[in-house]
Amino acid sequence: MLSRLAESLYWIGRYLERSDDTARIVDSYVHRMVEDPFNDEDATCRSLYSILGIDVDSDEPVTTEQMLQHIVYDADNPNSIAGSLSGAFENARRSREFISSEMWVALNSTRNRLPQMENTARRLGPSQYLLFVRERAALLAGLIDTTLSHDDGWHFLVLGRSIERIDMTARLLRGRVLSEEHAPDWLAFLRACGAMEAFMRSTREIHNANGVATFLLLDRLFPRSVLYSLNLADTCLYEIQPSSQRIATADLARQSLARARGRLEFMDPADLLDQLPELLEMLEETCVRINDAVTDRFFGHEDYVVWSREGGL
Amino acid sequence: MASVTQVSMVFDDDSSAAWNEMFSAPGSPRPIYERLFAELGRYQPAELRQRSEQLSHTFSERGVTFAHSGEERPFPLDVVPRLIGAMEWDHLSRGIGQRVHALEAFLADIYGEGRIFAEGVIPRSVVTSSPYFCRPAFAVDPPNGVRITVAGIDIVRDEIGNFRVLEDNVRIPSGVSYVIENRRAMTQTFASLFSDHRVHPVDSYPAHLFTALRAAAPPNQSDPVIVVLSPGVHNAAYFEHVLLARMMGVELVEGRDLLCRSNHVYMRTTNGERPVHVIYRRVDDDWLDPLQFLPDSTIGVAGLVNCARSGNVVISNGIGNGVADDKLVYTYVPEFIRFYLSEEPLIENVETYRLEDDDVRHEVLGSLASYVVKPVDSSGGKGIIIGPQADEKTLAKTAEAVTESPRNWIAQRTVSLSTHPTLVDDGVSPRHIDLRPFAVNDGEEVWVLPGGLTRVALGEGELVVNSSRGGGSKDTWVLTDESIPLSESRVIKQRLRNFNFSPRQDGNVGRGDQ
Repeated sequence: MLSRLAESLYWIGRYLERSDDTARIVDSYVHRMVEDPFNDEDATCRSLYSILGIDVDSDEPVTTEQMLQHIVYDADNPNSIAGSLSGAFENARRSREFISSEMWVALNSTRNRLPQMENTARRLGPSQYLLFVRERAALLAGLIDTTLSHDDGWHFLVLGRSIERIDMTARLLRGRVLSEEHAPDWLAFLRACGAMEAFMRSTREIHNANGVATFLLLDRLFPRSVLYSLNLADTCLYEIQPSSQRIATADLARQSLARARGRLEFMDPADLLDQLPELLEMLEETCVRINDAVTDRFFGHEDYVVWSREGGL
Repeated sequence: MASVTQVSMVFDDDSSAAWNEMFSAPGSPRPIYERLFAELGRYQPAELRQRSEQLSHTFSERGVTFAHSGEERPFPLDVVPRLIGAMEWDHLSRGIGQRVHALEAFLADIYGEGRIFAEGVIPRSVVTSSPYFCRPAFAVDPPNGVRITVAGIDIVRDEIGNFRVLEDNVRIPSGVSYVIENRRAMTQTFASLFSDHRVHPVDSYPAHLFTALRAAAPPNQSDPVIVVLSPGVHNAAYFEHVLLARMMGVELVEGRDLLCRSNHVYMRTTNGERPVHVIYRRVDDDWLDPLQFLPDSTIGVAGLVNCARSGNVVISNGIGNGVADDKLVYTYVPEFIRFYLSEEPLIENVETYRLEDDDVRHEVLGSLASYVVKPVDSSGGKGIIIGPQADEKTLAKTAEAVTESPRNWIAQRTVSLSTHPTLVDDGVSPRHIDLRPFAVNDGEEVWVLPGGLTRVALGEGELVVNSSRGGGSKDTWVLTDESIPLSESRVIKQRLRNFNFSPRQDGNVGRGDQ
């Protein structure tokens, strides 16, 4: 398929997942601020900024309003929810002949309804807005799976989604590592990932931090766990370019994936909490490396060439 | 009861000299419009407006937009469809086919042996002085002889009801996507109207275009790769490029996705470079190839024209077609039809005056306010001066420009375009319309999409209908011949009798509830 198209699909996957995950993370933080009587608004907002990779220069206290504006509504910030959705939309515009018209209409109407949702949210609080974003993400995920052929394009889209999911889950967990007192508790994390019931059924250790971290990182069956997403990303890369090599792989992205996976697969879950900071850092680096390798290999950037008349210098 | 009279009263309020498409006399609809008139008369005005809003909602959800001065907006679709009878359509489509054949022959001739110059039908200087005349087009010979894969011949109806050709568009005519989307939206919103009429469907257009593009491929290709070349998302017609690529199942590419090497064209894919054989391009000649045309074009592909000249790729529509769109050349088209086809034109031109002739020019300039004056290379209604509606200053400036370079202008009689009842702010009232039918030439025959795009000027009395001037459109229904009986339903009933469907399996609902 066209390199440019592949790149657009990859980024639709990433941006949609980013909007969904950001909505989930923000929701859990907002919830915490409301519920916790000793909450320090400024510190909580700052820790949220930090896990989303946003630098704050000013020493002025950050208010919840500012935080929401920046992370949720600000369409000019490519990492905000509105910004991610607009990124997904722009890429869909560029790949409109490839994606199904149902998927296109779903994205287009999401974008059309966003300003109205924002108005409501400013009056009644962000929860309806965040719910809307999650519902649309679920709708789109369903349409992506059932109205697109599972061909290369689809694999690029799912690859993007998986990479973003690994990155965002790692960031979510970093919140706890960074400053425990300003992050939602482990159970809130489970809820943010929609993993509450799945977790409860897989284990009985409700209040065990180690248990939650293990589940979100290492569970092989839960689709939002890091290990699951690593496996899925690897499958996508294999499907895009099946390798018949008998020894090793020349694919840099798959190499990085394999290293991360090996590290997670074969560790003793009891050590997890001790190694957590280092593991999360490793995962984020892995995401960057895979992204660069995929971009290099498949998206082959070609700059515009400008010709001029002979002797026209 | 009040509402019926209310709607019909505004329906037939047309005092102008123009031909009214729906009414032959106040209150009495033409025969083909009788059912539509009766049906629409049953709607409350508020209900009509509600449906109109539903139409525009459908369009914004589906992203059916065009860029108007840098802003993406939905293309306004009117709720009252335009009807064309079977007989009339037969005449129109034959006339359009005839014209396309003649234009094909003309282009092949002028970029070839030039028989028409030798015979003195058109002076060579008229052709070579056209701003669209394109020297690089020499020796770029399409394998199946088709330069005009797609034509959009603009048709208007004059005061006495005759169809006339207003202009030819054989470069990159656009608008067909709105024909397809209009129909889609109308069938959803006005299903009952369709069950009262037998309307020719329009959704086979992409299949016809695809077949024509395949037929145009270099002869040594058994499975040619076809692409649609678009300038990119910022182009006004990007929506259409996407729709066509999607419905034909081919790649939509931009200039930067293609590269030329050793006179072959390739596209960059995730599996390396892949050859391309037919390019349905929606990029103007000027921007197509920086080596041949504008060197600073970044949306083109360097080397493309040479690839076409070596016969490894086919550019469709062909380069240099613009000569046939030149409005001075347009005045000669009836002669082309006689010369190449030995036929009389089925559809006449609008009366047009060649201003290079001194006597003609003096006469036109003498009463400029009664003519329409057009630059020969205009498109999208740009630069047109409508004499009766222009002020003194504009007329003076126009006269000056015409005197300066008579080759670049033509004058036409001011045709009062036919009108059609249209929903506007204060009810339903007549607005001027035209018609752009789309013809596809696959080298064997010219197929004309039944109907085409009816454009409507939304301002009262406004005569320019182009979408770039804020016009809207109407769904255009070509009615089928009523004498052909419906046989389908009997056949289906018979088939159903011969079929035994197994019963659906029972679910588990209700099990164990007793």
